[in-house]
Amino acid sequence: MNHPAELHADHGHDDHGSHGDAQVHFSVRGYLVGFLLSVVLTAIPFWLVMAKVIPSSTGAAVAVLLIALVQILVHMVFFLHLDAKSQGGWNMLALIFTLVLVVIMLAGSLWVMHHMNANMMPMPMSPHEMRNMP
Amino acid sequence: MSETVPMNPDGDLTVVPPVFLDLKGHHHPENGTLLGFWIYLMSDCLIFACLFAAYGVLGRNYAGGPSGAELFELPLVAVNTGLLLLSSITYGFGMVSMQSGRKGGVLAWLAITGLLGAGFIGIELYEFTHLIAEGAGPQRSAFLTSFFSLVGTHGLHVTFGIVWLLVLMTQVTRFGLTPANRRRLFCLSMFWHFLDVVWVGVFTFVYLMGMLP
Amino acid sequence: MFEPATAPETVSPLFGRLSLSSIPYHEPILVATFAGVALGGLLVLGLLTKFRLWGPLWRDWFTSIDHKKIGIMYMVLGLVMLLRGFADALMMRAQQAVAFGDNPGFLPPHHYDQVFTAHGVIMIFFVAMPFITGLMNYVVPLQIGARDVAFPFLNNFSFWMTTAGSVLVMLSLFIGEFARTGWLAYPPLSDIVHSPDTGVDYYIWALQIAGIGTTLSGINLLVTIIKMRAPGMHLMRMPVFTWTSLCSNVLIVASFPVLTAALAMLTLDRYLGTHFFTNDFGGNPMMYINLIWIWGHPEVYILILPLFGVYSEVVATYSGKRLFGYSSMVYATVCITILSYLVWLHHFFTMGSGASVNSFFGITTMIISIPTGAKIFNWLFTMYRGRIRLEVPMLWTLGFMVTFTVGGMTGVLLAVPPADFVLHNSLFLIAHFHNVIIGGVVFGVFAAMTYWFPKAFGFRLDEFWGRMAFWLWLAGYWFAFTPLYVLGLMGVTRRMNHFDDLSLQPYFIVAAFGALLIAAGIGSFLMCLFVSFRKREQLRDVTGDPWHGRTLEWSTSSPPPEYNFAFTPVVHDTDAWWDMKQLGFQRPQSGFLPIHMPKNTAAGILLAGISLVFGFAMIWHIWWLVVVTFAAAVISAIVHTFNYNRDYNIPADVVARTEAARTQQLVSTHV
Repeated sequence: MNHPAELHADHGHDDHGSHGDAQVHFSVRGYLVGFLLSVVLTAIPFWLVMAKVIPSSTGAAVAVLLIALVQILVHMVFFLHLDAKSQGGWNMLALIFTLVLVVIMLAGSLWVMHHMNANMMPMPMSPHEMRNMP
Repeated sequence: MSETVPMNPDGDLTVVPPVFLDLKGHHHPENGTLLGFWIYLMSDCLIFACLFAAYGVLGRNYAGGPSGAELFELPLVAVNTGLLLLSSITYGFGMVSMQSGRKGGVLAWLAITGLLGAGFIGIELYEFTHLIAEGAGPQRSAFLTSFFSLVGTHGLHVTFGIVWLLVLMTQVTRFGLTPANRRRLFCLSMFWHFLDVVWVGVFTFVYLMGMLP
Repeated sequence: MFEPATAPETVSPLFGRLSLSSIPYHEPILVATFAGVALGGLLVLGLLTKFRLWGPLWRDWFTSIDHKKIGIMYMVLGLVMLLRGFADALMMRAQQAVAFGDNPGFLPPHHYDQVFTAHGVIMIFFVAMPFITGLMNYVVPLQIGARDVAFPFLNNFSFWMTTAGSVLVMLSLFIGEFARTGWLAYPPLSDIVHSPDTGVDYYIWALQIAGIGTTLSGINLLVTIIKMRAPGMHLMRMPVFTWTSLCSNVLIVASFPVLTAALAMLTLDRYLGTHFFTNDFGGNPMMYINLIWIWGHPEVYILILPLFGVYSEVVATYSGKRLFGYSSMVYATVCITILSYLVWLHHFFTMGSGASVNSFFGITTMIISIPTGAKIFNWLFTMYRGRIRLEVPMLWTLGFMVTFTVGGMTGVLLAVPPADFVLHNSLFLIAHFHNVIIGGVVFGVFAAMTYWFPKAFGFRLDEFWGRMAFWLWLAGYWFAFTPLYVLGLMGVTRRMNHFDDLSLQPYFIVAAFGALLIAAGIGSFLMCLFVSFRKREQLRDVTGDPWHGRTLEWSTSSPPPEYNFAFTPVVHDTDAWWDMKQLGFQRPQSGFLPIHMPKNTAAGILLAGISLVFGFAMIWHIWWLVVVTFAAAVISAIVHTFNYNRDYNIPADVVARTEAARTQQLVSTHV
């Protein structure tokens, strides 16, 4: 036997389990960089909307959404320490799978509900107009 | 199927049966708490996705009532965003202290994080009561229903996080930075940062895009 | 027409809207049921007291965190609720067999609507889900060479939350009423205007409470499979049942949040007057249907995937052959998992999303049938040139192959939107989903129970009664649902309690006969349990491997010791136990080490009990109790987190004694 029973009991699963998190290194620098990037990536969209910088509202929406995606990525890397190695790659896999589902659910719901609303909301229409419905 | 066939010192081929059991007791299954918590966060992400989807579908149904452009006070939202973002790095500094084993540092940074979180909730409660007093409560229209539900659910999560933070501060004070407590601090850190990620989605999709015509 | 609330509710601060009039004295069926339940319940309680079983029940079962005990408790829950759900089925078949023309039958719409709603809710959430959770809980840790699941306390908690949900549903029989909306409670019928009474609230809280248990269980099993496999068991060396359990739990974690959110939105509409799904103020009831089916479709794959795994194990074992096409089975399962998120709209083709949307989802629905077809071929190829033993689990599997395939085909038929426009919500649809659920899930559960029963209890199930149960179920299913396929094609709608066209009656009578055959099948299975218990010494399994199995669970004794494996197995191939047997595995006689195990706890049953009372208080609007139970739950959970002392060690000599006893038992069988 390698170690006496009592020592074995004290360890439990705890120390052996810290392999996964021992790889994560917390640094003040990492958090500060993440913070500064986030501040910039927050200030820009607020400015874009409050100062009405982009005339087209679709354009503004796209810009603001893209910047949000970048900021989320910043949070994932600098705050959540996400990388392809944590938990043997399972964290990343779980995240990607979740994101795929979120995209399907959001895009799917918007697509489906748009069609439902267009077809099912009562509005007076001629038969000719009805033929052009989605 | 079986392992490669080894040679014994005399040079004969010997078939050694493969090892079928961990007789030395070396194998310890890795602790699954962090992975489990991450997976729970993914499921929470999906709950938020449903609320975002509902907001996406219902968010322009004003029912003749006020719209987001008429109601939202972006400066206040900016302040709130700043508080939450700041609280994310103060928690991060707490984790740096945990890494160096400095219990006092952990407790101090956690306390600051909790206060910032409480500030966030305070401002949000002010915003909500203000809206309700103006007649723009969640029952006014589908837009307001989905607004209050999405933002409110996020706020409830933050509140729960603050309660958890207080409990954890008590446990760290009493029992120190044990492996179990370190795991819990790590879990709360994931939870807290995740809520900041969701907030990025909220201020973008709800507040900023809600101001656009 | 919508029925208004029967009488203005009496509301008091102390009891909310609960009052004596909530108890259905005037419904003879319910009074009789209550009398039966009360008598039966008193009998059980009396026997428990007489044989002094309360202590052992509490210590060894209710507070146990052992995955094996929890798995068995899930199966017991499923069986009990099967009896309730099937009673609802018998009532429906009886009503529909007689209620023609002037005969209104014995179930007025007000009651009939609750019966079909309860039938669906119970069968899906409180029979099928507990059965698969129970199977996965019992078998997966053993198959991967682990000693328990990743979070044993959460496991116990999950079980009690599911039970709490069942209790709420059962309570609705005797206090208040259940929902009359169908098992998915679509608004606007389920909104506060059209269902102002407790029915939909019972539905919501039963499902939300059970849903927490299910989601946590999903996370638990996922982490278990990912993190706790024996050394050498790479993913592509896992047993197929473990693979399908992995995918099923991925679906659970990824879909139940959607159910939670949708029900929460309905709850807000009902309790706070919000406008998610209302017809006015900008709400959109179609959004509920959209969300609920984003959950609902993955849910049916959650139910079937573990049973596909069971069939793989059973076919391989009783053909004496390695499963054909292991990799393709794995890829097919993963494909099904992902594709199940791309088909949900086929449940509401007729709601009006138009041709382009309907075509997309129709095509994806047809595509998803392909991996399942591949699996059927793999099972057939496994059997080809195998030395097939027609044990009872194999019979269930053969019954599945024939029955489920037909159901799958009618599913592909329904996937064609124009066909669905004719057949949606007809009895054809009812026949289709019962075809796949009974043929796939139910037959699989019986196969699994027969297959793993000796492992769990140390003796096999009686063969005669097992075969009886199978043949009665098989014949019963076909008699009960083939007429429904025909009726559906003729245009008969679902959920009707009365018909005017007398020419339809013969079909319903045949269907009722089928239901009686199934009743006899259930009776045979109960008989099987009883007779097997009486004859358990004759049916005793002393080797731990009664079927010449291939996977690691058969390497343990029957039943396995508390710690499952004295030494963690080291794996070199798929079908690890078969591999060990072929290569001359020897049991160690010494060198046992102490084993680290989690302790039992009452925290799970306590928290679930508080949740149950919380749910009851929410249903009946007993607001002071809502506040009290919510606070109690939060405080109990926090107090539980202060308990850091959750493990203990089984000393090495106890392990040595247990293992020596088993070695003796094995030696004696070879004499």
